[in-house]
Amino acid sequence: MNTAERRDVKAPAPADRAGAGARRRPGFMARYLTPKEPIPRKVAAALAVSSFVIVIGIWSILSYGGFVRPYFLPGPWKVATALYNMFAHEGFAHDVWASFYRIGVGFLISAAIGIPLGIAIGSFRAIQAFFEPIIAAVRYMPASAFIPLLIIWFGIANTEKIAVIYIGVFFPLTLMVADVSANIPKELLNIAYTLGASRWQVFRRVLLPASWPGVLDNLRIGLGWAWTYLIVAELVAASTGIGHVILTASRFFQTEKIIAGIITIGALGLLTDAFFRWLYRVLFPYAERVGR
Amino acid sequence: MSSIVARGVSMVFETRNGEVRALDDVTVEVADADFVCIVGASGCGKSTLLNIMAGLIRPTAGTVEVGERPVEGPGVDRGMVFQSYTLFPWLHVRENVEFGPSLKGVSKAERRRTADRLLEEMGLVEFANAYPRELSGGMKQRVAIARALANDPEVLLMDEPFGALDALTRAGAQRFLTEIWEQHRRTIAFVTHDIDEAIYLGDTVYVMSRRPGRIREIVQVDISRPRSLDDIGTPRFAELKHHILSLIFEDEDQAGESAPAA
Repeated sequence: MNTAERRDVKAPAPADRAGAGARRRPGFMARYLTPKEPIPRKVAAALAVSSFVIVIGIWSILSYGGFVRPYFLPGPWKVATALYNMFAHEGFAHDVWASFYRIGVGFLISAAIGIPLGIAIGSFRAIQAFFEPIIAAVRYMPASAFIPLLIIWFGIANTEKIAVIYIGVFFPLTLMVADVSANIPKELLNIAYTLGASRWQVFRRVLLPASWPGVLDNLRIGLGWAWTYLIVAELVAASTGIGHVILTASRFFQTEKIIAGIITIGALGLLTDAFFRWLYRVLFPYAERVGR
Repeated sequence: MSSIVARGVSMVFETRNGEVRALDDVTVEVADADFVCIVGASGCGKSTLLNIMAGLIRPTAGTVEVGERPVEGPGVDRGMVFQSYTLFPWLHVRENVEFGPSLKGVSKAERRRTADRLLEEMGLVEFANAYPRELSGGMKQRVAIARALANDPEVLLMDEPFGALDALTRAGAQRFLTEIWEQHRRTIAFVTHDIDEAIYLGDTVYVMSRRPGRIREIVQVDISRPRSLDDIGTPRFAELKHHILSLIFEDEDQAGESAPAA
């Protein structure tokens, strides 16, 4: 059996790295600022941590140094204690849960309709011709502009928030999922046909599995939009939720609580993002890597 | 086994700048268990021709027959290997090879036997449970060949299958393909722009001219089999290569002269 080419495999490592090292130790700029060249893991981690340190550092100087008045910008410590008190004594967990619940339901409904519809639009020209123009048109109507209308229709309880998230997420998500399916290489489908697949088998056994990684990636991005629209909806009118807490704090000049609320949203976003990245690695071990 | 014949095939594409005649009355006959190579410069329509033989594209005129049966669309009687890596990335190597049989509802045990036998032949047993991205280009194409063979097709259609491989890997892959062909004796139609490859592999070489794609000449490769790398150095090989090259360049020169006038 021919095994001669077994070892030919991967492209060689970029020659310039080895070459540069052999000549002499590259300078700081060459080491860390060569386009697309990797840097050591530890350096990357240190840079990531230092970005937070710098932000908190500047914040501390501005607030503790007396450059900005406390009711415009309270110090980090005051925000931290406010965050603790909100969770410990003011039932903030209840508001976080309320927001989380709305996102969950709104997002699930968007995904449940958007994913199959998107895949259908991306796969079948007839369905694309029917749905794409109308969805593309609605996509450019900002979900936040629908809030007053939705308040008239549904009041200010959960239904209205879920509807805002749905409008904000469903339309762009559907179009992005459609793009994913539309970009599956034609040759992958053709090879299945030559292997004897029916049209239905090509759809189910090639198009669908080929689409899932891209779909999950877009879900992750869509979740970011969901947070944005939810908070906007809660800022306009709500009786619970993180946005509601932020708005109330603003009325009483409790700047530290506003910042604590914003940080909470950021942390939750980061968590859900990490969850999706983890899910991607678990579900698609064969995929090359996750996008941004 | 069976022959495959494309008879009087023409292909006209509609573009924004009018019609483009990609193929003009092309006839290619591949006899049972014959290895035919189709060479031509890029853009001569040779890939289109192969896709028509596969049933993936409907020709504007002409017919394709496998044995006596007319081709209406893609079918399991014709296995295909493309230049680009078309393995299904979400399936393990073995599952890729089993894909064709699984569509037909072949039992799990049986299609596994088929796949393992083919992977053994391809020297890829230890990669049966790897994902395609873990393989080199040459290995991927061997899996693609195994996947096509798993359906036990009468004809293999190969569209520059080694075009994306580096020169050394390609030489290995060519030798490997002749071994496979000598064992399985499939009817093969093989499209390439590499003249050495065409002579080394083929019994017959169809030389195509371009715009519109036509068969310029049918060259019989009278080099005995089994062939080895040594054959590439022989005077006969050089003669054939020179002949085919001059056919293609003659054609280019004519095209170059007529282009400004048109």
